[in-house]
Amino acid sequence: MIECEDLSKKYNGDFWAVDGVSLHVQPGQILALLGQNGAGKTTTVRMLTALISPTRGWARVAGYDVVKQPQEVRANVGVLTEQHGLYMRMTGEEYLEFFGKVYGLDAETRRRRTEYLLEYFGLAEAAQKRSGEYSKGMKQKLALARALIHDPSVLLLDEPTSAMDPESAQLVRNEIARLRSSKRTIIICTHNLAEAEALADQIAIIYRGRILLNGSLEELKRRVLGPVEYEARFAEPFEAGELNLPEGVEVASRSATSLRFRVDAPLAVNPQIVQELTSRRAPLVSFQEVSRKLEQVYLKTMAEAQGVTYAA
Amino acid sequence: MRRSWDAIWLVAQREFKDQIRDWRIVVPMAFLVLVFPFIADDTTRQAIGFMNRYGGGLILDNLIPFVILVIGFFPLSFTLVVALEAFVGEKERGTIEPLLSSPLEDVHLYLGKLLVGVTTPLLFSYLSIGIYLILVSRRDVEFPSAYMLALILLLTFAHAVLMVSAAIVISVQATTIRAANLMASFVVVPVAFLLQGETMLIFWGNEDVLWFAILAVVLLAGLLVRLGLAHFKREYLLGREIDTLDFKGMYRVFRAQFVGGAKSILEWYRVAVFDAVGRMKQPIFIVIALGVVAVLAAYFWVVAELPPYLSNSPERMESFQQMVGDNLTLLEQFQEHVPAPLLFLYNTRTTIVFLLMGLVSFGTLGLTLFLMNFALIGGVLGVANLIGFSPLLAFAAGVLPHGVFELTAVILATAGMLKVGALLVSPNTERSIGETLLLALADWFKVFIGLVVPLLAIAAVIEVYLTPVLIKLAFPFL
Repeated sequence: MIECEDLSKKYNGDFWAVDGVSLHVQPGQILALLGQNGAGKTTTVRMLTALISPTRGWARVAGYDVVKQPQEVRANVGVLTEQHGLYMRMTGEEYLEFFGKVYGLDAETRRRRTEYLLEYFGLAEAAQKRSGEYSKGMKQKLALARALIHDPSVLLLDEPTSAMDPESAQLVRNEIARLRSSKRTIIICTHNLAEAEALADQIAIIYRGRILLNGSLEELKRRVLGPVEYEARFAEPFEAGELNLPEGVEVASRSATSLRFRVDAPLAVNPQIVQELTSRRAPLVSFQEVSRKLEQVYLKTMAEAQGVTYAA
Repeated sequence: MRRSWDAIWLVAQREFKDQIRDWRIVVPMAFLVLVFPFIADDTTRQAIGFMNRYGGGLILDNLIPFVILVIGFFPLSFTLVVALEAFVGEKERGTIEPLLSSPLEDVHLYLGKLLVGVTTPLLFSYLSIGIYLILVSRRDVEFPSAYMLALILLLTFAHAVLMVSAAIVISVQATTIRAANLMASFVVVPVAFLLQGETMLIFWGNEDVLWFAILAVVLLAGLLVRLGLAHFKREYLLGREIDTLDFKGMYRVFRAQFVGGAKSILEWYRVAVFDAVGRMKQPIFIVIALGVVAVLAAYFWVVAELPPYLSNSPERMESFQQMVGDNLTLLEQFQEHVPAPLLFLYNTRTTIVFLLMGLVSFGTLGLTLFLMNFALIGGVLGVANLIGFSPLLAFAAGVLPHGVFELTAVILATAGMLKVGALLVSPNTERSIGETLLLALADWFKVFIGLVVPLLAIAAVIEVYLTPVLIKLAFPFL
């Protein structure tokens, strides 16, 4: 579990790199921390790893206080850093062996975990090669394997799939999803919004050290983009005229072959809308929810934060 | 304990493997280790020939220990680069963060790096020395005794620990490898000077004095390790705070500590100067205690050891006393030869020299100079006793009047300097080395400007105008 309240870090006397961040991530949950470069994601992760001490606020990671029990925090956290941080003259196997020892694993566990991770990430054949000879994607996979070597209960992953080919990225996403299902607590810092959308149970958007938004994807969509929209498509131009719509439904936009409704309570009112359209002999082809991406939420939030107009 | 050692060894082992896999380290080292002993052997041969022809027995007798010292130093100075980049190199390559994010403790990381930093160059040094000894054993020159050999090997070890511990402090504090390498001369040059001093000791022929050199170097190395550990902070290795040299910020920190928020001179004395003196109680006590010990030790040593050299027969003592009495007239001209401002400047300069020496040695060299000065007082009083004067009266008339002010000033300045050194090697999780040093220096300057300088000024006036008169008045009773 990860919890922090008012977590803040001040640099150079007056620069707040992180300012009042509060997060609560339960075991079995993934939180995606989104934000521009320099927004404070890495500083937040470093405070949660007990690498840097907060100027204000507190944090508990895996049940340990980051200020009072830094060793325990670090022993229970797997970290994938911004840079892969591999020792280029070590082979993949030696590298995992080394970090296995660093985390105090016994010889048998080290061997088992090293074999499993090398095999899982498709690095078994390159296990005896020096990591300096690895491709970018392989290096990233080895770094992720390092973060997982001690089977930590909390994972803090900075851009876990950057530089990976689509297959490898999928593999990593699957592993992260598997870790979630085994009750790990995970924070991912990423610029890949599709990845965040696919994996995260909770999304936090950070801007200039402050959390602008925090919640589930659906909550964020509702808060930022408004109520859910549904679209009715017609086979041929359809002049609807004045529709008799139930309360709480608003026409968002219309064209000759489509109608968009903003709906507060879709379960209750959508059947009534469909009934109204069919009673008017509308040549209805489809009636479905308008897909809204995390990207829209993110861009709109950032635009508002920067005081510029969001162009959808 | 076992777990700690395993962790230190783990860090050292990885670093060592990394070094021996790097041809940029291995090839030059192999060259240096294997070729340099042959060059040194040939130089020895030529030196033997030269000295056999033109004389120079003392040099010839101690030639091999000297060459061993030099051979040991070369690999140390080369492999220093590795120690210099121990932390900053990992930082620049991005490998430090996974290591810092691990449960390894600061002391494991630091001592692991230190261990391999010392072991590798020492290994190369000893190997090189070994080859040289085999080569030189064929020469017609006096081979050093096992005792001397052990001393030189110990001295090489002490050099390695000193250089590497200094290099690792630099590595932790530097922001780039380039900056760390630029600072290498701050390690190599002082050790090169040290080497020259030790060479003098070797040629001087007094082997036992080398023990003092070994002890001094090991003490300094220990203090450097302590300094490095005290200020080793994961945050600084990752943070951006040490990236800039912020003169304005430094001035702000210094000024705030120096002024202490005071709005008038009186308030400054109350809230800043006396407060700083209050925080110096412990070093003041230590300095006074050591000063008294130095005076007494020098006094009793002179009284016990000097008589055989003085051959103090009653006639000789009388002539000594007569000579002193005759020279009392010179005291009248004292103020012409040594005007008070000059004396004041000289004494002020001495306290600053104490500080500077203390800064490069965590207080030890400054304290040594202080003790030598106090020992001198004890020595002079001891000589006074030997030639039949009352040491107490000599002290009361010749030292005390201006000494009340001068010795107080010197004690305060030395205690302040000792405090600076102690603060540097004390663990401080809140402040960086730079900040700690600035605050400590601000405290020192507060005491210096507020108390030491006025006291030295008063002392100089008394010493020039009053002390000679008092000595003259007291002389008949001495």
